[in-house]
Amino acid sequence: MKTNHKLSIVLSVLIGLIHILPFYLLITTSFKPMSDLSSKWSLPQTMDWSNFTSAWEGADLGRAFINNTVITVLSLMGIILIGACAAYPLSRFQTKLNKFVYLLFISTLIVPPLTILVPLYQFFIDIHGMNTYWGIVLLHVTFSLPMTIFLYTGFISSIPRELDEAAMMDGMSRFMLFFKMILPLLKPVTATVLIMTGVGIWNDYQFSVFFLQKVEMRTVTVALASFFGPNANRIGWVAAGSLLAALPATMMYLFMQRWFISGLASGSVKG
Amino acid sequence: MRPIRNSTFSLNLMYVPALLLFALFIYYPFFEGIKVSFTNWDGFNPTYSWVGFDNYARMLEDKNIGTVIRNTLIYGVGSTLFQNLIGLLYALLLNQSIRTRGLTRTIVYLPVIVSPLIMGYIWYFFFQYRGGALNDIILLFADKPVNLLADPQINIFIITFVNTFQYLGIAMVIYLAGLQSISKDYYEAASIDGASSLTKFFNVTLPLLAPSITINIVLNLIGGLKLFDVIIALTKGGPGFASQSLSTMMYKTYFGAQDAGYAAAMGNLMFFMIAIISIAALIYFRRKEIQA
Repeated sequence: MKTNHKLSIVLSVLIGLIHILPFYLLITTSFKPMSDLSSKWSLPQTMDWSNFTSAWEGADLGRAFINNTVITVLSLMGIILIGACAAYPLSRFQTKLNKFVYLLFISTLIVPPLTILVPLYQFFIDIHGMNTYWGIVLLHVTFSLPMTIFLYTGFISSIPRELDEAAMMDGMSRFMLFFKMILPLLKPVTATVLIMTGVGIWNDYQFSVFFLQKVEMRTVTVALASFFGPNANRIGWVAAGSLLAALPATMMYLFMQRWFISGLASGSVKG
Repeated sequence: MRPIRNSTFSLNLMYVPALLLFALFIYYPFFEGIKVSFTNWDGFNPTYSWVGFDNYARMLEDKNIGTVIRNTLIYGVGSTLFQNLIGLLYALLLNQSIRTRGLTRTIVYLPVIVSPLIMGYIWYFFFQYRGGALNDIILLFADKPVNLLADPQINIFIITFVNTFQYLGIAMVIYLAGLQSISKDYYEAASIDGASSLTKFFNVTLPLLAPSITINIVLNLIGGLKLFDVIIALTKGGPGFASQSLSTMMYKTYFGAQDAGYAAAMGNLMFFMIAIISIAALIYFRRKEIQA
């Protein structure tokens, strides 16, 4: 039993080392100047920050981070408001109609957005939604709603109906009671929704690369991808850019780990 | 009772905004896509003509489509297989009370938070031809570096590996949650019956993990079959069509070759492929759950 325990510790350390490896290489690469041709495995001689300034300016990451923040925050607001509202009648009144509507929402969970790219792209040109915040936000909201409605509907069903009835006895309307009584109770599931959909939107590339092609509208991933193309041989720049781009989400994850892991997992477990 | 009835119906107005968004950005484009796939539209010109099933017939004759569908399946099924096998092994290991488990879980899960595009670039540094980290090791034993990302036999498996590495953490966490929900009584009862740890695993752990297995498999299938970002970061689908998936080929056909009708047909193929495979997997594994 004792040796088994030791073996498990050794194995887990080994796994940890293997999985941290790409990040180690990313860090060593981003601190080495162009002239340093040493192996990526070796630590840099000096801490050279020039790659970071080159990447920050070259890919215009400052602007990209602002775009990412605006798009993510607006999308999350829309997702929570529209998602929670939609879930309330769907979980409280399971009429034939509502069951059908619920199915309409949930069935789209298996539709990868890319499969309808061609018509969606054309539709966006028609409604002048290309290169706009509102366009990309509406897309993110729509494609995050199936999971959001699924999570909220499940959670609201677990809130006793007696609460609604008691509030209505007191003369509250259904709408009032939703906003005053139900909405505040949704905090735990809202945290899950925020993290699950937030990570996806912040890291999105598939939508952004198609619908945000103007330079000043680029998000972090799009900016980085277009920076990578012409600078593929300046590996230090690309590494530094990737590190900068990955940093905010990673930091948030490390500080709020519990939330992130349970959030992403519980969402997928129920999905 | 009447007033309450009315109010319940008007409450349905609360899902109208969501319904509207779905209609505009999912259902309308979906049907429009079916329509476009029956035309020779180039994506720009307002004029186009109906070509019936030509785009679908073209697919049958396209010499690249076989490779592309094969790749899509390898990305989907391969990632699913490895994510589940390794994810389950990691979960079993890290479910024990060892001091290092928290840290290892954190590290294994980290790539889930990072954008797949960026993870793709990070692995590019590892596999790249000139100055790649892997080639530094290979050069210790051989005199020439190998261009793994340009090798059509190998790069599809590198892409599968990178996708597996990225989302392994989710499979692991779902299995961990599944393991923790299994009551210790079962194991005690099995011990009293003199079951070995291997018997316990196959007769207690695995059947009780069935719901986690179902979720993981369906989730990973959908994720792998629609793979896009990682391919763009590592090979852009090349050389030629060697590592192209349906999603990157559709992108190329639409924006590169300006062949919107054909791209739409490809999108529809991808939709039905993913829907059929994931629903079939869901039904199959749900049935197994009930038997277990």
